[in-house]
Amino acid sequence: MSRLSVRKTYKLFIGGKFPRSESGRSYTVTSPKGDFLANASRASRKDARDAVTAARKAFPGWSGATAYNRGQILYRIAEMLEGRRGQFAEELGTGKKAALEAVDATIDRLVWYAGWSDKIASVHGTANPVAGPYFNLSSPEPTGVVAVVAPADPLLGLISVVAPVIVTGNTCVVVAAERTPLPSITLAEVLATSDLPGGVVNILTGHQAELAPWLAAHMDVNGLDLTGVADADLALRCEQEAAVNLKRVLPASTDDWAADPGLKRMTRFLETKTVWHPLGV
Amino acid sequence: MAMFEYAPAPESRDIVDLKPSYGLFINGEFVDGSGPSFKTVNPATEETLAEVATASSDDVDRAVQAARKAFDGWSGLPGAERAKYLFRVARIIQERARELAVLESLDNGKPIRESRDVDVPLVAAHFFYYAGWADKLGYAGFGADPRPLGVAGQVIPWNFPLLMLAWKIAPALACGNTVVLKPAETTPLTALLFAEICRQAELPPGVVNIVTGAGETGAAVVAHPDVNKVAFTGSTEVGRVIARTVAGTGKKLTLELGGKAANIVFEDAALDQAVEGIVNGIFFNQGHVCCAGSRLLVQESIQDELLSALKRRLGTLRLGDPLDKNTDIGAINSAEQLAKIRQLSDLGESEGAERWSPACELPDRGYWFPPTIFTGVAQSHRIAREEIFGPVLSVLTFRTPAEAVEKANNTPYGLSAGIWTEKGSRILWMADQLRAGVIWANTFNRFDPASPFGGYKESGYGREGGLLGLEAYLDV
Repeated sequence: MSRLSVRKTYKLFIGGKFPRSESGRSYTVTSPKGDFLANASRASRKDARDAVTAARKAFPGWSGATAYNRGQILYRIAEMLEGRRGQFAEELGTGKKAALEAVDATIDRLVWYAGWSDKIASVHGTANPVAGPYFNLSSPEPTGVVAVVAPADPLLGLISVVAPVIVTGNTCVVVAAERTPLPSITLAEVLATSDLPGGVVNILTGHQAELAPWLAAHMDVNGLDLTGVADADLALRCEQEAAVNLKRVLPASTDDWAADPGLKRMTRFLETKTVWHPLGV
Repeated sequence: MAMFEYAPAPESRDIVDLKPSYGLFINGEFVDGSGPSFKTVNPATEETLAEVATASSDDVDRAVQAARKAFDGWSGLPGAERAKYLFRVARIIQERARELAVLESLDNGKPIRESRDVDVPLVAAHFFYYAGWADKLGYAGFGADPRPLGVAGQVIPWNFPLLMLAWKIAPALACGNTVVLKPAETTPLTALLFAEICRQAELPPGVVNIVTGAGETGAAVVAHPDVNKVAFTGSTEVGRVIARTVAGTGKKLTLELGGKAANIVFEDAALDQAVEGIVNGIFFNQGHVCCAGSRLLVQESIQDELLSALKRRLGTLRLGDPLDKNTDIGAINSAEQLAKIRQLSDLGESEGAERWSPACELPDRGYWFPPTIFTGVAQSHRIAREEIFGPVLSVLTFRTPAEAVEKANNTPYGLSAGIWTEKGSRILWMADQLRAGVIWANTFNRFDPASPFGGYKESGYGREGGLLGLEAYLDV
């Protein structure tokens, strides 16, 4: 007799914990063939606000950590993911070979971004030769709390948008891919066991059209990555809402996640601080 | 302290050849505008300086078309050739420096000492700096051959009319873009003189277009479908409207908006230097400065000593004729701005703060406001939260560095901040903690073309100046 498996309850990931939606709602997630996979939590506006609160709370510690420390933690996420390679390949459900390649690419992307933590300031900062007796230096600093609407690719896509946001010291609230959220929540289990402080990454599952505008209009969110918004009207509405407190916006896009990511996803959510001091004896 | 008597030392205005009326500058020609013309006045005397054309949306369209037509040629030039045009412009600005300074002071009301020694030299330096980038863009870290964006629509404020023009036009042209620029309606004259400089430099027609007018003209520039890049300096309120307008269009946007900077003085600061820094921070350019140090945060232990030194210093400031070379404080730029400063200052009193100004005679005509200090200001007071954009300083106190950081960051703005202390490690710790784009330690209100300028949070996004200032005008 075959053994009946113990299924996992897929919940949200907020402040390092795994709560259900406060709304008590869920929605059905199916395989591409239409088979039932799970009832995922359907996050509410209140969940989104709780996630922003958690991200804000985590910001001073994470942005104040040394770049070396942040790099080590991103590398640790890659290590944990490597250990669960098979599990993710299976959960992606895209065919074994393609799935394994996607998991490997995700791990490699994390390693790539991990190395940027203590190099981006050297590449994106400047020493400024001003015409006067002054020390003058510009360095990048994280923008703050960034809301991310993740693309449909729930693993490589999600890490490709989240890693560049957090490696520089931002914290984030992520709306996971609506139809394929399960690998993203399983990824939260990896994040939770990688020394990543609670609240640095918060993951919501649910309806993009319901959650994204709240986050776009939230006064304590500083940046908005709309990469995963496929609907043009929703993207426009979110960009307009983002003007309320002048959020830095990365517009909706279709990306080739196999391509070289470049620096744009990091630099869009970086501020430049320039410090002056007179020279003298 | 008794005020020294000074003989008047007026700068001659003969060097400026004011025309009775001015048109728009489109495709290298001065043309009439189809909107109703408006008057620009000398805020120090209320005399009308000239009539200026209003660009209608059709005029703006013509300007954008001219810029579009010029784009291929301009962006296709070798960088070294573009550089030489910009060097030419920089040199002509130096050659005509005094004329520009006098005209700026006439139209804006700022003291000639500032327009002559700060604004105009920085304008020339800005063009000189970005000229040198035009043939070196491949070394700036944006790839081997970064491309320009196309037509840039630029809207600038009245507080530093020509300097803001330079901050917008110099990097745009260096990167290969063409521009349509709208100066503020109360200060259009130096931009129109700049148009003449473009002609002297034989800049190809359409590369620079100047359209004058009020908010509607600016809105037409921002909303024009054939504009690829929008750059705005001005209020956060208008910045929000522009961000909403530009949303979803794919236009690249940079915004340099308001501020409510904290100028933080610790008990170990060099007091006389700090007093000079505070004065420069809030009374420079009549406080019409987005990065002005409008909130003084003073450590409680030295509050009395610092305030009495500051008041003594304010007693020596000279307010009056902007063209007098001894003048420290000029005229408020417009009646509208004066009304706003008065309204917020009255609110400061009615909310319970204590108001102080030195004995100061205001001229009978023109728009004037005396240097003003408010003490006993709470963080909740509107004069501690809102940008006054005038010579008004709100004084708050703190006990610990952590409290200073907390109060300094307690604002939706994040443009600049000042730190005064003799302790190096404290400077660097404070600089690290403050959420602002420019930190002046033991100095204030310093500007340089090589140094990136711009804000955090609701002070806007993007940087102007330095290598990072190129990013705003490249397709990267």
